[in-house]
Amino acid sequence: MQQALIIDDSKAIRRILGATIRELGFDVAEAGNGREALEELARLPGPVRLILVDWNMPEMNGMEFLLALQGRERHPDTKVMMVTTETAIDQMIKALEAGADEYIMKPFTRDAIVDKLRLLGIVN
Amino acid sequence: MNLMNANSAVAAEPKIEPQNYRYLCEMVYRESGIVLDESKHYLVEARLTPVARDAGAGDLNALCNLMRAISGRPLRDKVVEAMTTNETLFFRDIKPFDALRQVILPELTAKRRPVQTLRVLSAACSTGQEAYSLAMLWKEMKIPGWDLDILGIDLSDEVLDKARGGRYQQLEVNRGLPAMYLVKYFQRDEAVWQIKSEIRSMARWRKFNLLDDLTPLGTFDLILCRNVLIYFDQPTKSRILGAFRGRLISGGYLFLGASETTLNLDDKFLRRQVASAIAYQKP
Repeated sequence: MQQALIIDDSKAIRRILGATIRELGFDVAEAGNGREALEELARLPGPVRLILVDWNMPEMNGMEFLLALQGRERHPDTKVMMVTTETAIDQMIKALEAGADEYIMKPFTRDAIVDKLRLLGIVN
Repeated sequence: MNLMNANSAVAAEPKIEPQNYRYLCEMVYRESGIVLDESKHYLVEARLTPVARDAGAGDLNALCNLMRAISGRPLRDKVVEAMTTNETLFFRDIKPFDALRQVILPELTAKRRPVQTLRVLSAACSTGQEAYSLAMLWKEMKIPGWDLDILGIDLSDEVLDKARGGRYQQLEVNRGLPAMYLVKYFQRDEAVWQIKSEIRSMARWRKFNLLDDLTPLGTFDLILCRNVLIYFDQPTKSRILGAFRGRLISGGYLFLGASETTLNLDDKFLRRQVASAIAYQKP
């Protein structure tokens, strides 16, 4: 089973995203902010195929997490998608430049998540 | 085109009398060729209840009575539009777009070097996402000196107006559109995302019924008609496929939806596996 990591300070969002990602056959780990996510990545035994990360979170936000990830060895198959209320084009560009492979704005639908994962080659 | 995404939250008990349901089905078939059988009760009720309300009819039975009583087209057009107006999304079923980028568009440009223009028909184009997806894909391919001329046709004025305007809600740009294309080819106008003129200018839009003679549209190198044939009966599917073949250049391609085929409908197309998609080529 492939591993996914969902990073969001909202438990409700983690639950909604987690349900969709599990349905697609992933094993899902969760973190409430970027710092916890880095710890989780260090703890998980195998490569993480998919990371869904919010932008605005306490302690370490999504952008800081992306930048921290850039400084580490990243598995070539790992895809990162930002899932956020930030809708300014400048912010999107920053996230893509910092290493996000995709970007989806909240609110989102289940189908929109699946469509994005299809673009990333994660689901057929 | 996806008629199955209509709101299914309607009462299980049909609210329309059988003779009126038949009347509506026959009228929609006559005007658009779309087959509505007994299994589409929920769809008819979900789509036409707002039309009935707007027309001042209390329910669908009253709407039918009104249509029988007045001979003008506007109400009939509204009913047909409501039954054929459909949701679509950017880069729907990504595989045909991969096939276009990797194989088909390079092949067609090699073939059409003397004219340096490819003509594409987006048939039953709905609100334009398919045509604009192709336009963005083409832009990314950066083929200097070439033009891509896309014609989108649909029988609904409402969807054509939206396609022409190129303005989409956040929920629409969230679906299927790579973020890289969103930041490159769209501008935000408060809550609306406006596709830039460099992409909009590649597409034209025209009200046209697939059942009509397609000859006035000219010839095409590529026709996209995905998830549309499923709503027609066998003779109508064959007729439309024949009409598409008549409008394609020799060596031109037709893309259908993943669940659609020319098999047993038109044996003159060559079925080709291209990347992970199926394309139908005119010999």
